[in-house]
Amino acid sequence: MKNKMSFLPQEGEAHPSRCPDNSAFKQQKLPAWKPQLTIATVLSSFFVIGVFCLSVGVCLILSANSVREVQIDYSDKCSDCSKLRENSSNWNKECHCYVNFTLKEDILGDVFMYYGLQNFYQNHRRYVMSRSDAQLLGRNVNIQKSYCTPFTTYKNGTPMAPCGAIANSMFNDTIDLYYNLNSSVIQVPLLKTGNSWWTDKNVKFRNPKSYNLSSAFAGTARPLYWQKPVYLLDEQDERNTGYINDDFIIWMRVSAFATFRNLYRRVRRIRWFADGLPAGNYTFHISYNFPVSKFKGRKHVILSTVVWSGGSNPFLGIAYVVTGTAATLTGFVITAIHLKLRKKKTYFQK
Amino acid sequence: ADLLLLCSSEPHGLCYIETAELDGETNMKVRQAIPVTSELGDTSKLARFDGEVICEPPNNKLDKFGGTLYWKENKYPLSNQNMLLRGCVLRNTEWCFGLVIFAGPDTKLMQNSGRTKFKRTSIDRLMNTLVLWIFGFLVCMGVILAIGNAIWEHEVGVCFQIYLPWDEGVHSAFFSGFLSFWSYIIILNTVVPISLYVSVEVIRLGHSYFINWDKKMYCAKRRTPAEARTTTLNEELGQVEYIFSDKTGTLTQNIMVFSKCSVNGHSYGDMQDVLGHKAELGERPEPVDFSFNPLADPRFQFWDPSLLEAVKLGDPHVHEFFRLLSLCHTVMSEEKSEGGRGGQDLALCVSGCDAGSDRPVLSPGELYYKAQSPDEGALVTAARNFGFVFRSRTPKTITVHELGRAITYQLLAILDFNNIRKRMSVIVRSPEGKIRLYCKGADTILLERLHPVNQDLTNVTTDHLNEYAGEGLRTLVLAYKDLEEGYYEDWSERLHRAGSAPEAREDRLARLYDEVEHDMMLLGATAIEDKLQQGVPETIAILTLANIKIWVLTGDKQETAVNIGYSCKMLTDDMTEVFVVTGHTVLEVREELRKAREKMMDGSRSMGNGFSYQEKLSSSKLTSVLEAIAGEYALVINGHSLAHALEADMEVEFLETACACKAVICCRVTPLQKAQVVELVKKYKKAVTLAIGDGANDVSMIKTAHIGVGISGQEGIQAVLASDYSFSQFKFLQRLLLVHGRWSYLRMCKFLCYFFYKNFAFTMVHFWFGFFCGFSAQTVYDQYFITLYNIVYTSLPVLAMGVFDQDVPEQRSMEYPKLYEPGQLNLLFNKREFFICIAQGIYTSVLMFFIPYGVFADATRDDGAQLADYQSFAVTVATSLVIVVSVQVG
Repeated sequence: MKNKMSFLPQEGEAHPSRCPDNSAFKQQKLPAWKPQLTIATVLSSFFVIGVFCLSVGVCLILSANSVREVQIDYSDKCSDCSKLRENSSNWNKECHCYVNFTLKEDILGDVFMYYGLQNFYQNHRRYVMSRSDAQLLGRNVNIQKSYCTPFTTYKNGTPMAPCGAIANSMFNDTIDLYYNLNSSVIQVPLLKTGNSWWTDKNVKFRNPKSYNLSSAFAGTARPLYWQKPVYLLDEQDERNTGYINDDFIIWMRVSAFATFRNLYRRVRRIRWFADGLPAGNYTFHISYNFPVSKFKGRKHVILSTVVWSGGSNPFLGIAYVVTGTAATLTGFVITAIHLKLRKKKTYFQK
Repeated sequence: ADLLLLCSSEPHGLCYIETAELDGETNMKVRQAIPVTSELGDTSKLARFDGEVICEPPNNKLDKFGGTLYWKENKYPLSNQNMLLRGCVLRNTEWCFGLVIFAGPDTKLMQNSGRTKFKRTSIDRLMNTLVLWIFGFLVCMGVILAIGNAIWEHEVGVCFQIYLPWDEGVHSAFFSGFLSFWSYIIILNTVVPISLYVSVEVIRLGHSYFINWDKKMYCAKRRTPAEARTTTLNEELGQVEYIFSDKTGTLTQNIMVFSKCSVNGHSYGDMQDVLGHKAELGERPEPVDFSFNPLADPRFQFWDPSLLEAVKLGDPHVHEFFRLLSLCHTVMSEEKSEGGRGGQDLALCVSGCDAGSDRPVLSPGELYYKAQSPDEGALVTAARNFGFVFRSRTPKTITVHELGRAITYQLLAILDFNNIRKRMSVIVRSPEGKIRLYCKGADTILLERLHPVNQDLTNVTTDHLNEYAGEGLRTLVLAYKDLEEGYYEDWSERLHRAGSAPEAREDRLARLYDEVEHDMMLLGATAIEDKLQQGVPETIAILTLANIKIWVLTGDKQETAVNIGYSCKMLTDDMTEVFVVTGHTVLEVREELRKAREKMMDGSRSMGNGFSYQEKLSSSKLTSVLEAIAGEYALVINGHSLAHALEADMEVEFLETACACKAVICCRVTPLQKAQVVELVKKYKKAVTLAIGDGANDVSMIKTAHIGVGISGQEGIQAVLASDYSFSQFKFLQRLLLVHGRWSYLRMCKFLCYFFYKNFAFTMVHFWFGFFCGFSAQTVYDQYFITLYNIVYTSLPVLAMGVFDQDVPEQRSMEYPKLYEPGQLNLLFNKREFFICIAQGIYTSVLMFFIPYGVFADATRDDGAQLADYQSFAVTVATSLVIVVSVQVG
């Protein structure tokens, strides 16, 4: 026995075991999820998914349908102005046009005013690139190194602030809304701040620091197509001028598609408009500056309310309904096949 | 180098060698120097040797050599009998001198080793093609989008120039399109899965480690785990269709055991318990106790005590039976005394033990036999244990201890064994002066040469022989004949004359041998078990069920190979017919192959008229008639015939015949022929081949086959070094293929499908977006997302699946070998599957783009702010893409 005892460890020393470890990992015995697809689980999952999607879809469609929306294409109605704008030498001539419309019913709730553009390729690669985020953060950067070309500097070397094709092509129509109440004309009060994303307004855009804005932008010039320099975008509210102007910020958030709408104003809910827009006749006063006819674009102005699911786009709801219907139908088909096969089986068993 | 043997330490310039490295045979062979040079033992004499050898050019024939030695104005013919080839090992010979004939790459060993090729799997090759296709697809997409860009810039972009002027240097829409082509090539390049190659290698590495770590492929006896020596072939293990196996050391342990015998019409050796000899060790009855005999070999075991009783009772037939076994052989005995050659042998032994061989450590005074063939060794050992101990031999005498008494027989003649005679005899004079011829040989030959009085005994013995053969045992028949003194003198005289005859010596000797080996008295028969490795028949059965065809390629002789075929259930008695092709000329071989095929056709035709008519109808679509063969056939072909069958004009014929058979056994094949057979199947069958072997003679086959498996056994490590996978037992092959191979294949296929899918789903979104952004090469996703998509967002789940996924537990894949078939048919990843993946990827990308598009168009947030901006869209698409793609793993 003693002999054996002394022998065993020796052997262990002489030949270190080459036997593999018996661990779950090395023997490929790790615990795993092994789903068993039975008719019950398959059918129930199909039906559950189907019912879920259907109900979500129906809710979405209903809520999207409850959105009130008025969309007016004014690119043709202001054809005189658009002709004037086709010639770029008239850039400093003002041109106004008026668009009337009638609301047959009240629009209740918050009312938002959008401008819509069609056929304007904000998602073009060269367009999307053409900005200097550092400049928009108020940093003193050499924009020559950015992708702003050709909207970087004037011929005399004065840099543009802000630079780039996006800023340069900023939508600069002014749209005012008037309510015609018993032959008196009331201007609908509109809010021009608070329309942009909080992060854009407070994080991504900053004015250069100086004792006042005009000195902060000293040494720079307005973009080529602009009528006034950036620090005069809003002369009344200094927290809404320069790079942090809401209209500018919204424009700078480029759209994903060539047809898009951007939030322009919100109706301030006071006096007549405390519940929204009452039914009646309205007029848009448009100061027409933004030419679109050259690239066959179109301009709209849109009044809309929102619900919890956003605007009036029913697509998501429809997509849910289609998916839900497909899942439910598949469930029924599988049930039918199953029942048929089961009958057959029992027949054979007999 | 290949040497011409000049002289050696042994008398007559004899030299004993083992040629396991060359042909896989582990027995000893004798080589002899030509007489004139055998006296050159002295270095000074040797220094004066100035002969000239003219010989054949280097070739790969291991068993042939032709040349002439010119020395002292005499010509001496040289044959293979005088050659020591590179790779053989000297045994029982202290030293020898030789003349180098071939060296380096000219040696026969090197001529036999095939070129090493870089092995790649079929999936690898397919992958490369597919990547090329994908590249073509990429260019197509680029062209489409470039044309789109040119048109867009021409129609729309021109008008849009006030807000977005063309880049400097771009003056026409056409040029813009050209630039956009290159932009799109860069953007869409993610469709070409570059990280695929890295991931594939990682997965294969993981699979290789799993093979190394598998406890069930660890041989405790030899302390060797399985080893994946390459990491590139794992998934091919799941597609094997043909296995080419060596016999010696691979299927068998190469240990011969005397297991049964029939003496004078009485069969001994059956175990008392009916379970048969494959029963577990614990269930066995106690082996026969040989302690009465001090010279018995303790490792010898026999299960039937009645035989020993018969010996002790002095049954003359049994005595004569064992006397024959102890006399009629060419075994050399070695009795250990101290000193002398002990040191050398001890060294030999140590190396033997390391390789896990069964060569015993010799204690002083122990008797040890060195046999040319393990069969003989087993027989002599059996005789030794039953009290007829062969002690020593000199060229003229044989000393035997018969039940304790030392008796020296005078050895008058040895009538050697050869393939045609299939028997050997000795003529001895006993101390009493009687001359007797003892003969043992193959039953077919020997039973015809018996004296007619043996008729009854012959019938009984034949029954026994059939019974033994049915169990896969190797049988020999033993007989004796008393010779008259006068007749022997006369015969001996003639023999001497024939031996010194200048021409046709072989024929004359053969005739004389033939004459004396006649009218013999039957003694009995022996049955030797060539012990199969554990689990070999079961493994072969399972692999056959998995539709894997197993061919045995062995250097052994035909009978041995066929016996093994029976004992490992490759050949069974249920088989309709076993074709044996042994022709020596092209025409004979062609004729035999043709006959075999005709028979198979006839068989299937007659079956077709019978009950299987309906089956026949349903399977009438089979393209080749030979594939519709009914009944099971087997083909046995030997080396000479194989050489002809492998010639260019007959190889297809041979292959068709062979593939129609359930089992194919090629015997007496050279290493190169093994490789040629593998090459042939590779060339015409487009199937994955696996070669398994343990000896140096299997190296070329292992290198040629798609997958080479080395058995780390007794015959050195050449095979292991050349192999892709190695383990120590044949039975592990089933686990390697059915479990690891199947999983590897499955995982790799799933992984590849998924990877292509993933990249297409990812990239095609850009393509759709191109139609909405003026073909301006604007990406949908953020740059960071594009960079990190393959590395971070979608890499780990698919890698985990590729390494760990198991569709069915390992027990199932062993229980249902049919599960292996999808791999052989290449069902899980082929061009069709690839296109399905691609289609699915494109479908996903369509949904991934157009649903967000529909949702985002004119969308606003619930606080009225805009939502359809590029950034939100990009993040939404990217997020949903990661979720959708990840959920579809597996």
